[in-house]
Amino acid sequence: MDELISKTLSHLFISLGGVSISAVVGITLGVLLTRISFLSAFVIGFSEILQTVPSLAMLAILMMFFGLGNPTAMMAIFLYSLLPVVRNTYTAMRGVDSSLLEAGKGMGMSRWQLLFLVEIPNAFPVILSGIRVSLITAYGIVTIAVLVGGGGLGGYIYRGTQTVNIGMILKGAIPICLMAVGTDFLLNKVEKKTSIEKRGK
Amino acid sequence: MVKIKFQNVRKVYNGTDVVDNLNLEVATGKFTVLIGPSGCGKTTTLKMVNRLVDPSAGEIFIEGKNISDLNPVDLRRRIGYVIQQIGLFPNMTIAQNIEVVPRLLHWPKQKRLDRTAELLSMVGMDPQQFMNRYPSELSGGQQQRIGVLRALAVEPPILLMDEPFGALDPITRESLQDEIKKLQMKLGVTVLFVTHDMDEAIKLADMIVLMREGQVEQAASPEKLLSDPVSDFVQEFIGKKHLPTNYDVESVWEIMNPNAVTIAKTKGINESIALMNKRNVDSLIIVDENRKLEGIVSVEEIRAAGRQESRIRRIGDLGIRQVPTINIHSQARDAFDLIVNENPRFIVAVDDEDIVYGIVTKTSLVKALAGVVWGDETDV
Amino acid sequence: MSDLPIFLQRNWGTFVNALGTHLKLSFSAVAIGICIAVPTGILLTRFPKAAKKVLAGVGVLQTVPSMVMFGLAMPLLGIGIRTALVVLIIYSILPILRNTYTGISEIPEKYIIAARGMGMNGFQMLMRVELPLAGSVIISGIQLSAVYIISWTTIAALVGAGGLGDLIYTGIMTYNYSMILLGAAPASILAVLTSLLIGWLARIATPRGLRM
Ligand SMILES: Nc1ncnc2c1ncn2[C@@H]1O[C@H](COP(=O)(O)OP(=O)(O)OP(=O)(O)O)[C@@H](O)[C@H]1O
Ligand SMILES: [Mg+2]
Repeated sequence: MDELISKTLSHLFISLGGVSISAVVGITLGVLLTRISFLSAFVIGFSEILQTVPSLAMLAILMMFFGLGNPTAMMAIFLYSLLPVVRNTYTAMRGVDSSLLEAGKGMGMSRWQLLFLVEIPNAFPVILSGIRVSLITAYGIVTIAVLVGGGGLGGYIYRGTQTVNIGMILKGAIPICLMAVGTDFLLNKVEKKTSIEKRGK
Repeated sequence: MVKIKFQNVRKVYNGTDVVDNLNLEVATGKFTVLIGPSGCGKTTTLKMVNRLVDPSAGEIFIEGKNISDLNPVDLRRRIGYVIQQIGLFPNMTIAQNIEVVPRLLHWPKQKRLDRTAELLSMVGMDPQQFMNRYPSELSGGQQQRIGVLRALAVEPPILLMDEPFGALDPITRESLQDEIKKLQMKLGVTVLFVTHDMDEAIKLADMIVLMREGQVEQAASPEKLLSDPVSDFVQEFIGKKHLPTNYDVESVWEIMNPNAVTIAKTKGINESIALMNKRNVDSLIIVDENRKLEGIVSVEEIRAAGRQESRIRRIGDLGIRQVPTINIHSQARDAFDLIVNENPRFIVAVDDEDIVYGIVTKTSLVKALAGVVWGDETDV
Repeated sequence: MSDLPIFLQRNWGTFVNALGTHLKLSFSAVAIGICIAVPTGILLTRFPKAAKKVLAGVGVLQTVPSMVMFGLAMPLLGIGIRTALVVLIIYSILPILRNTYTGISEIPEKYIIAARGMGMNGFQMLMRVELPLAGSVIISGIQLSAVYIISWTTIAALVGAGGLGDLIYTGIMTYNYSMILLGAAPASILAVLTSLLIGWLARIATPRGLRM
């Protein structure tokens, strides 16, 4: 039981770790791209291609550089999450109603204030939806990462399939499914809430 | 002769009578306009004719045949239908849009082609130029023209139009009204036309049917309706529409439409096209930085400039056509004479220094005259 | 790495075999997925109430990681290509189904009213208006599905289905970097090319009027 809990926690934390890094990098990049938009097609195109690479292939190739273990898994998660976060940030920021921006400018906001008080809060629900997608993808990647020596619940499933032990498979599968469905449900709720709030204003 | 007959027709939505015991006869070859406040059941009445909606009770006859006995799909192919939002299929070219019903009826290719060309020429659009364009490449007014042609493609004896010109600017609306009236008289189709706009109704209708809460309040010719309203409601509804004041119409200033679509001559070609699309007009009045008149330019001229990849960047560099003008302080009857004699689409109203204040169209004159003849409230 | 040519020569047969299996599996899964998902998606647009529930269920299913799905299917269906195909088909359905449904149901009502008012029957409306207008959304669902499936087919090696995943997996187990690359590089290229190809097809198949 202890082992199950610790594996569940490490599954969660590896995923969260990778996604957090890419949230920080991705949101920054997305915001920067709105200021230097000629680069946006290039950056988004590149991360689109990254996204297409099959996850096992990505993990295997990264393993050649980062060795066996969790860093490889986190790196893969980081690369996969980049697209949803960057793209959603970029499109959401550009989609912010220009009348809001003008209202903000009219009230005498500086560029930074405009960014943090108007643009990012308005773009937040869409950015969050990018993070939600990334996190759910991350659970899957951590599962597969057992093959490149990662921790987490994938070990149960791998051992279960090797020994055709359904109990063992379920031991891994159930927590992962709960985690994925729970994350989806929870973040969806926050997204709805934040965007309805916006509508109410 | 009766083309369409509504007999005790009711339509109930969620327990309320949207159309309530409607009895109405629409005469063959005439232009009948349904008008009334929002929600009074005009669209519902129209949709019952081509069975997009079926009545809850009562019967509708077309040339004596009860339409509930007819196959709705066949019925619709024989009735032209124009909706307010135009609804040209964006995946089809202009020709393909016009040919939708001919195709459904399996017309041979040559016949379809000939018909499309004929229809386009009828509204002054060059078939060679427009057939293979897509709806997104047309101005709002041109799109709505195609919407009408599409409905006329198989020469249906009946044409239903639901606020077809509601979204257009005054100038374009005006010219489309002229066109549709001419077409209707030429082709002899029976038109059932819905509008919110009393001016439009007066201009087009042989018979106006004023509806209120699902019932006919008064059905009469425009003259009769204006001179002899049967109730306060009718009186008020006519009054609410922007007929001008009943004191003497004196100057152009008082009869002009102040909402002319102008653009500064320094603006770019793309901006001009965007403005045309936004305001749904076929031409723009070009002014300088002081709103002083420079001329007008049409959508075709702008497009031509865009295509030639010429070095023309600014709208003001296009060959600008001259346009009839009139001083805002002139007598209104001078404007009248000018329009009657020269038949321009519109006259630009300017002051002594050529500053643009508005335009005078046939509608402005009709409104002004109606105000003099029948009297009305203030507004405008 | 210097003896790459020798390595390639020795493993060429294995590679071609794996690539063939990979292509066959992915392609059949997506093809069967299209055949199931597009008609079902169309059907759902006719029953909007049921559609909400079905799509919610589908959405939940889609959050389940691929390896978990393979793991769960294996005890039920056994080892081999059949299990892999079943799981892959289930996955390929999801994006296509959702895009078919939303693509059609988000067509502005004016086109539907115009089409009905002009006397199109249900089938004509589907073929001439609904599918053309929803086409690009449906195709992007297929594109998404194809990329996912190529990726998941590599995982299918776990349930003994073969394919390029087998090479990667063997490479990892034996620390053979050449072997890893022999699986990983073609799998990645395959996914990227497929995505580009479908994107390109979608673009040339879009009438000019819809491109703006
Ligand atoms: N499908 C429907 N279901 C329920 N109610 C409807 C439906 N269609 C119309 N109604 C209701 O019937 C009434 C009449 O609608 P209709 O569209 O005929 O009005 P209208 O006279 O055309 O109004 P407008 O000038 O605003 O277009 C309205 O109150 C409308 O809300
Ligand atoms: Mg209406």
